[in-house]
Parts: sequence; structure tokens; C-alpha cells
Amino acid sequence: MVTTEAVRPATPTAEAPPRRRRDRIRPNLPAGVGSLLWLSVVIVPVYWVVVTSLRTQQHFFTDHPLGLPTEPTLDSYRQVIDSGFDRYLLNSVVVTVGAVALTIAVALLAAYTITRNTSRFVARSFSLFLLGLAIPLQAAIVPIFYMITKMGLYDTLLALVLPTAAFAVPITVIILVNFLRDIPKELFESMRVDGAGEWQVLTRLVLPLSRPAIATVAIYDGLNAWNGFLFPLVLTQSPEQRVLPLALWAFQGELTINVPAVMAAVVLSALPIFLLYVIGRRQLVAGLTAGFGK
Amino acid sequence: MTTTLPAVPAGAAGTRGDGPGARRRSERQPVSAWLLAPALILFGGFALVPLGGAVALSFTSWNGLGTPAWLGLDNWGAVLTDHVTWLTLWITLQVMVGTWLVQTPLSLLLGVYLAPRGRWRAWMAAVYFIALLMSSSAVALVFKNLLDPNFGLAGPAGPGFLRHSWLGDPNTVLIAVILIIAWHFVPLHTLLYQAGARQIPGSLYEAAQLDGAGTVRRFFSITMPQLRYTIVTSSTLMLVGSLTYFDLVFVLTAGGPGYATRLLPLHMYLTGFTATEMGRASAIATILAVVGLALSLGLTRLSGFTRMQSQQEGL
Repeated sequence: MVTTEAVRPATPTAEAPPRRRRDRIRPNLPAGVGSLLWLSVVIVPVYWVVVTSLRTQQHFFTDHPLGLPTEPTLDSYRQVIDSGFDRYLLNSVVVTVGAVALTIAVALLAAYTITRNTSRFVARSFSLFLLGLAIPLQAAIVPIFYMITKMGLYDTLLALVLPTAAFAVPITVIILVNFLRDIPKELFESMRVDGAGEWQVLTRLVLPLSRPAIATVAIYDGLNAWNGFLFPLVLTQSPEQRVLPLALWAFQGELTINVPAVMAAVVLSALPIFLLYVIGRRQLVAGLTAGFGK
Repeated sequence: MTTTLPAVPAGAAGTRGDGPGARRRSERQPVSAWLLAPALILFGGFALVPLGGAVALSFTSWNGLGTPAWLGLDNWGAVLTDHVTWLTLWITLQVMVGTWLVQTPLSLLLGVYLAPRGRWRAWMAAVYFIALLMSSSAVALVFKNLLDPNFGLAGPAGPGFLRHSWLGDPNTVLIAVILIIAWHFVPLHTLLYQAGARQIPGSLYEAAQLDGAGTVRRFFSITMPQLRYTIVTSSTLMLVGSLTYFDLVFVLTAGGPGYATRLLPLHMYLTGFTATEMGRASAIATILAVVGLALSLGLTRLSGFTRMQSQQEGL
């Protein structure tokens, strides 16, 4: 990943629109009230989750739902961590890193080829990726289950990495192609004149230049992989291969009436992304909206 | 097209890929087409082939174990005559329209409000965003517990509307699902509208102000028309996205009570992996894919995505 500052200057369309409206902002009362209302709609559930996760099970039934916990405790967190949370966290990290690395590797090669090779076959392949954006992942799940079982990969983390990466390929290729198209042709040609091979052009020119785009799209792909639910649900079974979103669902089944523990699990599962958000908000937001290009 | 996507140069898309093949095919290409192979194999193998596989499996009988057996058109007959199929299509349509109606005005207004820069607005935008950072299964768990009429937010003395069992009552559960989806995804669309509103040239507002147009008039005469492409994009994402709500509803209600929230993808999953009728599930999956592809292609064509750069023509 790159530092946040590195992104803006390097991106060609990042020149912010001039701040023309600042001199005219007059207080707009209804809008202000409306935005505060929405703020409370967002914050109240989040606050409820946090205070609930800090209650003891007894006080959960007696405390006011929005009051501060009478006897704040981290017991629920301990319980969640003890029930194998570290394993699920590790699984999620492995699947996310694996899927993102695989996606970026194949998509960068493809995007480089699509920008530099003008043959009809390559152009058609690009159209294929564009079409691929419209495929709902759910529609392919039964045959994917069939293939994964036949390949002997059922209930492994690799079974999650492969289809997750496959469905991330189209959007990743498209975003990278749009970015690589902005690299002046002369740069490629001068490198070729200097005797650099394809591989050298790729590693010394394309890779360093496209780093901001790679970071953005990696975050987008990473969040999708991190939050993915259907592939883990269908393609894994044992607790050893469980990833976080699925673990949450399983927790709810096991702990039904222990609401503080379920909420602690929710907080713990969201914590890594929240930390990422606090550290690099701008980068994360850019990544989340990368799919907008669709 | 967008400012949030750092990669899209105005007019660059389309200028190269349009048809250079015919011109340069015979020349030696600087980069070998073989470099496309890994991406094509991965995407083809785990996305395109399975999509075709769904069509093939829809003509077979398969319980998830063993080998699929050829069955012919029986699954299709069963699926198309089953009233549950049509019911789930109807529910899916209701969710599609409902989420659009709830999310569009909300995110449009919020996005426009957040467009001017300033510390307070930036801070608020940062908080709004929290909902989008959670996984759908986490959001579902939160609201499943929060809406519990006895032990949720209502508590014994809470407001009356929260003591109603929103998720247990077949008449209200769909409304609850639509509102929860909105809670989860409004931040994304707000962000799109915020980016769109920042693109509107300030000179338009200055001119309108000189002409004496008030806030409301400026909103409807300048902001809305200028945002029309953002509206199209955001609506496309919402409508096509509503075909893919699975995790949230699966964890929240599992399609119930009864069939009240059985969306199309959920129906496919329950038919295939719970009732182990993989052939029938594949027929439903095929319907899902056809509807999804038709909807995206139709909306894209209708909106003329490719002409999007010209939205500020004449300025």
C-alpha cells in the first residue's frame, strides 16, 4: 500500500474542482436538521452495539438499552476471542490477501496487454471483461460448488480464494486499463528503444506508475473479499476454515440469547476495517467507490 | 464520468479500443497477447464457465453429491409453474423499487449537502460512512437484535413503534429489510452524489443567484439537471445491486417469516443447498443471470453511458 499523500498528485484527474461555493454558504436550516437526523440514525445503532457489548448478560436485561453499562465488562470480548476468533481472523486475512494478490497480479498483466496490444483478440477480451461486470455472483454458485468439490478443494481456504479473485478480475482490469491508458506512449517507446524487454517495461515503468491505482483497486477488492459471505457459506464447512462474516452468523446460532457476546463479535469483526479507516480514510473511501466506474 | 475514480480521463475510454485492430493487426505487437492468459483462465474458469454450467445443470437432476443425471426440461417446468418462483420475483421487484425510492432522495440530499468543503461537513461525512464499513452479515446481526421487541432497542419502556415485531410480522418485514438495506448502502450513494455535486461549476449558481433564484429553485433548476448522470449511475448500481442481496437477508430473516422476504438469490440458495435440488436451483440461477444481464445492459443502453463526458457541454 502507498501513503495517502502519494495518491492525489499522481492521479491525472485528481485536480479538485475550484472551491467556488465557499463564499456563498449560508446556513440552510432544514438541511442542517436533516443531516443531524441522519447522523443520529447512523450513530444510535452503532452506539447501541458498543454499549451492549460492554454489558454483563444480567444487566443486558435490566439496564436501559441506551444507558451506559452499570457494570462495564470485557467478558463478552474474552468469550468471543476464546471461541476461536483468532483463527477466523487469520482465515479472513489469508483469503483476503490471497485473493487480492492473485487478482492484482493477473489483472495488471491483462491491463498492460490491453493498453499496449491492439489486436482484435485483445479488444474482444476487454469487452468480455466489461460484460463480466454484469454477472451476478449468486448465479454461478451451484456450478462453482460442483467444480470445487470435483477439484477436491471443498472446505479449504483456496476454494474461497479462487472464485473470489475470479469475480474481482473484471472490475480490476477495467480500473487498471483506464489508468494505464494515461501513461504517455512515448515512455513505453523510449524504454523499448533503450532495449528493455516486456518484463522490464512492466516492472520498471508500469508497476511504479500504477501504484496509486493498484492501491485503490486493492482496497476495493480487499473489502469485498473481507466481507464476502456466500462463497464461505457454500464452499466451507468446518470451523477451522471459517472466515469472519460466517463466524458471526455461526456465533448468532450458538449464542442466541447472549446478545452482548454477539455484539462483541460484531465489534471485533469490524475493528480491522475501522482501524484502516482511521489510518487512511481518504484512500479507503477512494477504494470503496472504485467500483463506481461500473 | 467521476472524480472519485482516479483513473478515468475524460474521453480516453473509447478512443483507443474502438477499432485499431483492423489497422494494425498485421504489425508486430509490442506486447504479447499471451499475457492475457492468466486473467482469462481465472475469470473464464471460475466465472464464465460456471455461468454456462448453471444453464447446463438446469437440465439435470443432482442432489449436491454424486453425479448430475440428465433430466431434460423437468426443472424448468417445475420452476416456471411453481408459484413460489413468481412470488420471489415479485418480492425482489418490491425490494428493488422500495430501496430505490428510499435511497435516492436520501443520498441525493445528503450528498448535495455534504458537497461544499468544510470541517464540520467532512466530519459528518466520515461518520456517515461507518455503516458501509461493516459486512452485510454484521449489519444483519445488529438489526436482528436491535429490532427485537423485548430485548432490543425498545426495551420494556421504549417507543411504541420499536415494540412492534418488525421482523416477525409478515406485513412489516419487507419494509424493515428495505430500510436496513438503505441504512447500509446510503453512505455509498451519498458519496457518489457528493462527488457529482462537486463537479457542478460554481458559475451556474452565481448566475442563478444574480437572477434571484432561491435555494429550492437552484436545487431543482441547476443541481438536479446537472446531476442527471450521477442519478443514472447510482440508480443502476441500486437496481442491479438489489438482485444480489443475499447475505443481509439470509442472516436477518432467512427469507421468513414464511416466504415474506424470500428474494430470488435466497430462493436459489434454499432450493439448492437446503432442499438439495441443485438442478432446480440452477434453473433459478439462470433466471437470475438473465434478469441481471438484461437489467444492466438495458440500463446502460438507455442511459447512454458512453456519452457521459458531455454533461457539461457548452460551459
